[in-house]
Amino acid sequence: MISEATISTAELARKSVQYRRNILKYIVGAKAGHTGGSLSCVDILNVLYNYTMNVSPDNFTSPDRDRYIQSKGHTVEALFVVLADQGFFPESDLETLCRYQSHYIGHPTRKVHGVEQNTGSLGHGLPLSVGTALAAKLDGRSYRTFTLLGDGELPEGSNWEGALLASHYKLDNLCAIIDKNGLQISGPTATVCNTDPMDQKFEAFGWAVRHVDGNDVAALQAAFDALPLAAGKPSLIIAHTVKGKGVSFMENQLKWHHGVPSAEQYEAAVQELDAAEAALA
Amino acid sequence: MGELTPTVAAPGVAQANLDVFSGTLQELAATDRDLLVVTSDSRGSGKLVPFAERFPRQLVEIGIAEQNLVGVAAGLASTGKRVFAVSPACFLTARSFEQIKTDVAYSDNPVKLIGISAGVSYGALGSTHHSLHDFAALRAVNNITVVAPADNFETEQAIRAAAALDKPVYLRFGKKPMPLLTKEDVPFAFGKGRVVRQGADLILIGTGETTYPALQAAQKLAAEHGIEATVVSMHTIKPLDYDLLAELAATGAPIVTAEEHSIFGGLGEACASFLLQNGFRNRFKIMGIPDEYTVTGSQLEIMNHYGLSEAGIAEAALKLLKLSVMPSAAEASRVQQ
Ligand SMILES: Cc1ncc(C[n+]2csc(CCOP(=O)(O)OP(=O)(O)O)c2C)c(N)n1
Ligand SMILES: [Mg+2]
Repeated sequence: MISEATISTAELARKSVQYRRNILKYIVGAKAGHTGGSLSCVDILNVLYNYTMNVSPDNFTSPDRDRYIQSKGHTVEALFVVLADQGFFPESDLETLCRYQSHYIGHPTRKVHGVEQNTGSLGHGLPLSVGTALAAKLDGRSYRTFTLLGDGELPEGSNWEGALLASHYKLDNLCAIIDKNGLQISGPTATVCNTDPMDQKFEAFGWAVRHVDGNDVAALQAAFDALPLAAGKPSLIIAHTVKGKGVSFMENQLKWHHGVPSAEQYEAAVQELDAAEAALA
Repeated sequence: MGELTPTVAAPGVAQANLDVFSGTLQELAATDRDLLVVTSDSRGSGKLVPFAERFPRQLVEIGIAEQNLVGVAAGLASTGKRVFAVSPACFLTARSFEQIKTDVAYSDNPVKLIGISAGVSYGALGSTHHSLHDFAALRAVNNITVVAPADNFETEQAIRAAAALDKPVYLRFGKKPMPLLTKEDVPFAFGKGRVVRQGADLILIGTGETTYPALQAAQKLAAEHGIEATVVSMHTIKPLDYDLLAELAATGAPIVTAEEHSIFGGLGEACASFLLQNGFRNRFKIMGIPDEYTVTGSQLEIMNHYGLSEAGIAEAALKLLKLSVMPSAAEASRVQQ
């Protein structure tokens, strides 16, 4: 169910730059955050919330809203920035991120309006999403469930238990997205615990799989438009992304997994993003 | 032992217990090729990058899969390897609880489980990352020693003792630098609490990173109120040092326990259970994290919020000292919270 209100691809591209700037702003303010993985996944959240999903502050209590569950909870800054832009809460709330007595902690929590599930321990999003997708089938509802996983997260066994059950129940109302940025904390995902070829593994588990450039909003629109990728099967979108995307000195650098920019680095990053935005106009 | 003085290292000198852990492990690994460290994308937070560089063949990377980590570690240990399985305490003892119970403890595979960034060390990352359940959960599992070293000295001693023990052990570490509690003349052994200060008026019992604020509280009480407290580093939660507890409780002094853990099922309740069942009726207070949605903040802010601080522990002690020995029902219900 694509939302009626349409947004242009150019507008989406502009939003991505604005989101990146805000992610850095609030990470610098909190002196903490998962920078690289927020920058790699934010285009995905952008397209989901602004284009694909039927969810907003107006329908958040409706049983028919689309569900988004962020399994890679540590990149909560991307989620909070997008939810603020959707009007779930005033953006200025994010000035309290990680502060004493704030509800805005370093992971998704339902204390924050717009968040579906408390995550942060990896490997929980897919089973939770299988549950909400299964409930839609049981109740004959048409909402869809989306969940975002990290590539380093995949070795958690719970993912594979969820993947198996999703195809068993033919959950074609479920879409999992893997933010395949190729890095985790200790090194490249391929050397820490290799999960390639990802597509073949999921296909063998009964999923329909599509690869996409996960930092290209137009490509993401097209991929989500194609859901379900196959009738009677859960869909997996393997989003090929760049960790730290949009800030040249952060791209593909391990240390930016949870690196916090210094004042000078922040300034340099904002300049780069400003230039990127100007180039879009 | 009256002249025991805490050798509080100058700020910047104290190391995190985890740094000592990594250094000690490297020392042991140099002469023991069968010593293996097993990690789950956790070598950085475990301060094990130097270990990995020096002994690449003695570090087994599992990927982000804590159940697999403990299962594989148990399998490795069953072949005679000396295995240290290192992962954040929150995931290691919750996600992998059944592997700990069955593959390690029940099957008696002598894995050393190292829970890093324990308690509320992860601060504002929130409850997924806090381990406020690990003492309670593991106390209920047969055949595992549960230890939370307080300072760098206890850490080094605990690592060596764990390596030498052919039994399952759980060691719990925070990540902030910890000043030394005492000169190293109070010996360390699993199951034996260390008296790090002596006083007749009050007994303060800490474990892991709450021992230092307990000691600070004792110094504050002495300086400001002339109250002299005995302070115990009860690093081993299981087996608990019943002899020491009985000896101290026999003085009749009120007892305050402090732990970076839920008030349910940890150090405090372990002490209370022993004392109550053995006829002791000391005034008693358990300090820890209450049964609520944990407040957001840094580790220090969270600990201060719940009174796990010099001021908080001193205040609780003063309140307890003012209580009559057998509180009236009304008083008791007021105090209970
Ligand atoms: C169960 C669990 N184990 C470990 C962690 C600690 N952790 C947080 S992020 C992370 C790396 C995640 O890598 P990836 O999934 O690739 O995320 P991304 O690259 O998108 O940031 C780890 C190990 C966790 N949050 N949950
Ligand atoms: Mg990754």
